[in-house]
Amino acid sequence: MKLNRHFPVLAVALTALLPAVAGAQTLRWSSQGDIATMDPYAHTESFTSNVQHHVYDPLVRRNRDLKIEPALATSWSIVAPDRWRFVLRRGVVFHDGSPFSADDVVASVDRLLDPTARARGNLANVVKAAKVDDFTVDFVLKGPYPLLLNDLSGIFIMSKSWMAANNALKPGNITTGTTTYASTNANGTGPFKLESYRPDQATIMTVNEKWWDKPEHNLTRIEFRPIKSDATRVAALLSGEIDMMAPAPLQDLARISAAPGFKVIEEPSLRLIYLGLNFRPELQGQAGVPNPLLKLPVRQALWHAIDLDTLHRRVMRGKSRSVATIVAPPVPGYSAELDKPVGFDPDKAKKLLAEAGYPNGFKVKLDCSNDRYINDEQTCVAVAAMWTRIGVQVDLKTESRATYFPKVDRGETDIYMLGWATLPPMDGFSALSALITTRKDGFGGNNPNGYSNSAIDELTRKSAVELDEPKRVAQMIEAFKIAREDVAFLPLHQQPVAWAMKNAVEVPQFADEYVRLWFARMK
Amino acid sequence: MAGLLLSRLLQAALVMIAVTAVAFAMFRFVGDPVRAMAREDSTPQERAELAQALGLDQPVPVQYARFVGRVVRGDFGISYRNQRPVTTLIAERLPATLELVFAATILALGLGIPLGVMCAIRPDGAAVRLVQSVSLIGISTPTFVTGIALILLFAVTLRWLPSFGRGDIVDLGFWTTGYLTGSGLRSLVLPSITLALYQLTLIMRLVRSEMIDALSSDYVRFARARGLPKSRIHYVLALRNALMPVITVTGLQIGSLVAFAIVTETVFQWPGMGLLFIQAVSFVDIPVMAAYLMFVGALFVVLNTAVDLVYAIVDPRLRKAKA
Repeated sequence: MKLNRHFPVLAVALTALLPAVAGAQTLRWSSQGDIATMDPYAHTESFTSNVQHHVYDPLVRRNRDLKIEPALATSWSIVAPDRWRFVLRRGVVFHDGSPFSADDVVASVDRLLDPTARARGNLANVVKAAKVDDFTVDFVLKGPYPLLLNDLSGIFIMSKSWMAANNALKPGNITTGTTTYASTNANGTGPFKLESYRPDQATIMTVNEKWWDKPEHNLTRIEFRPIKSDATRVAALLSGEIDMMAPAPLQDLARISAAPGFKVIEEPSLRLIYLGLNFRPELQGQAGVPNPLLKLPVRQALWHAIDLDTLHRRVMRGKSRSVATIVAPPVPGYSAELDKPVGFDPDKAKKLLAEAGYPNGFKVKLDCSNDRYINDEQTCVAVAAMWTRIGVQVDLKTESRATYFPKVDRGETDIYMLGWATLPPMDGFSALSALITTRKDGFGGNNPNGYSNSAIDELTRKSAVELDEPKRVAQMIEAFKIAREDVAFLPLHQQPVAWAMKNAVEVPQFADEYVRLWFARMK
Repeated sequence: MAGLLLSRLLQAALVMIAVTAVAFAMFRFVGDPVRAMAREDSTPQERAELAQALGLDQPVPVQYARFVGRVVRGDFGISYRNQRPVTTLIAERLPATLELVFAATILALGLGIPLGVMCAIRPDGAAVRLVQSVSLIGISTPTFVTGIALILLFAVTLRWLPSFGRGDIVDLGFWTTGYLTGSGLRSLVLPSITLALYQLTLIMRLVRSEMIDALSSDYVRFARARGLPKSRIHYVLALRNALMPVITVTGLQIGSLVAFAIVTETVFQWPGMGLLFIQAVSFVDIPVMAAYLMFVGALFVVLNTAVDLVYAIVDPRLRKAKA
């Protein structure tokens, strides 16, 4: 019989195919929005960087504990306060097969520092990169700068020959609409190769067999498909059309973890939510009346009147962590001592108000976003109710992020909600310089309402150039201590980050909310 | 005829100018694109530079004049978020939306007309009563609820159909189509039902009432008296007259289908113009929002003008009155 004669051949062919099929692991995942571009220097969006990190490697990268470790650079040293020397990894090849060398680093830095590059602020303290030899590069800085490695962990290295061949040596820019070949194509040294990128539909990557690092993942293919609607994204996971989503909507977590075959993983994120205060002479819309928030006992009273425990249990459904500072535990500048909440004490709050000359409270505006942070609106409603109990009349207004943040930025608020994740540098200096340093000389970018403390300003300027790490961290902690004693802000909680996936997916979760699929394994 | 055409075109131009003004005025209130684009820790200088690069540092009338000037030249600017010319983006997304609208229209007409006729012929049948009450649900349920319900049933529970996306598409160079692949057609089912449901009920109810009118008219009674076959009376003589308003409504409704596809496209992550618009709103991507509003405005103007002109051609009385 013909069939019998062919059967062994067929069987052999099938068994030969089987391992290949079993080894092919495709991870399909989704998020609420798409990346903005494939060009690493054309944008400043953290999610876009996150996805690009699968294709491109930086000189140094974050490991499983978010500590900085060597990537394309194997070691570095500070040869002069304004000159850092990096030794590059040998034997690395780009996806197109061309070898990686110092020329690529120099060309990449030149491209990033181009005046038309949207992301040049990400390396603001670097003057240039200079080639020493084929595998040594010097970074020349504007002055002593302790956070160079933090900055470099977000700077992806592109191939000089590829950029030259495709006329992409000049950067794109999502603001001015400049596009290059690199806006839709990619050639990195990273763990995955870009196969195709269709905006708002799918970004497909395949494994890079020639990656310089030993892969901890077992994926052969990644398919990323953005799905905007929360309900549809959850449905796509439950119907098996995607394997994972990050982030997962908080309101659906219980339902997903109850479904057989699916799990939810959660971790506190780096983002801390706090209330900022008006430090100008008058409150909004109350001309001629001195601003009560200028009195320290008033600020203390507002802090004591917030029941953090209730916010944690009721509003955040037990998923948040109550805090008393504005940097998260994994971040340099964090101090457990400064993170002890002052304690909920409405009676003390009332006494403090009376002491400050407001026995019957006062009127104040509270402004919040309703679509930026997890349960932001509900948090503010709860806080307003708590303050009403000590006699403070709160005029609460919540609005969309698109109109809310410009308003905060213009300083048109009395008390406003803000979240800060110290990203991208992942260092306390980000919070220190942007949030509580006087708005001047590029500092205080997110300190719109006039908070100014000369002791803090001095510490900020010192720590900005301090290369001795323990000393620098001590300076930052000292500044945060002063801010806490001065009640410069009212910290609320640390936001959770939740992802949902099939049981077959194993992936570590990170506080910076980055999805690092080069650590992912599928059963 | 030429006079009619000219006056209609003049009206259309005025409407379009009003649309640009309304669109532009609206953007003053949707927020600040700089804030949406800048890094969270950007310095005030960086933000000022960005505003300058976008031309947002200019006074509002200057911004509006520049905007109209560019639009007149056919330049809708560059999307803040997708960093590509808005006209290219819309051209890319148009096939997805039009294919969805086309499928929904076919569905609405193909089911709406026969069901409407059935309801008119047998107003007391049990099946008709059922159809009538279901149609009430169809007309009163919001699109996103219908969409999510369909997804839950057919994608999550039964796992028959995909819950999102457009499936595999074939690129024909000037057009991308999902009509030629199995997964493309399967992906089309749920969104087109969702989008068609409202139109379907509307057409069904319209056909029903027109048919009831037609069936009680003299010529139908004479036809019955002459003993013509029932099917010929219902489907040829009566239906033909009942269809006139249906054609008008369908023509005008195509405009609303394109415009209201926003919700359906968001629910099903359908990569059409509606999704583009929704994303533009959350990113304060003003060029895309402006172009989309102008496109939809232009679509309605063109459809209305076309319907008016077709009337004039079809109905000799109208032509004479105007001429």
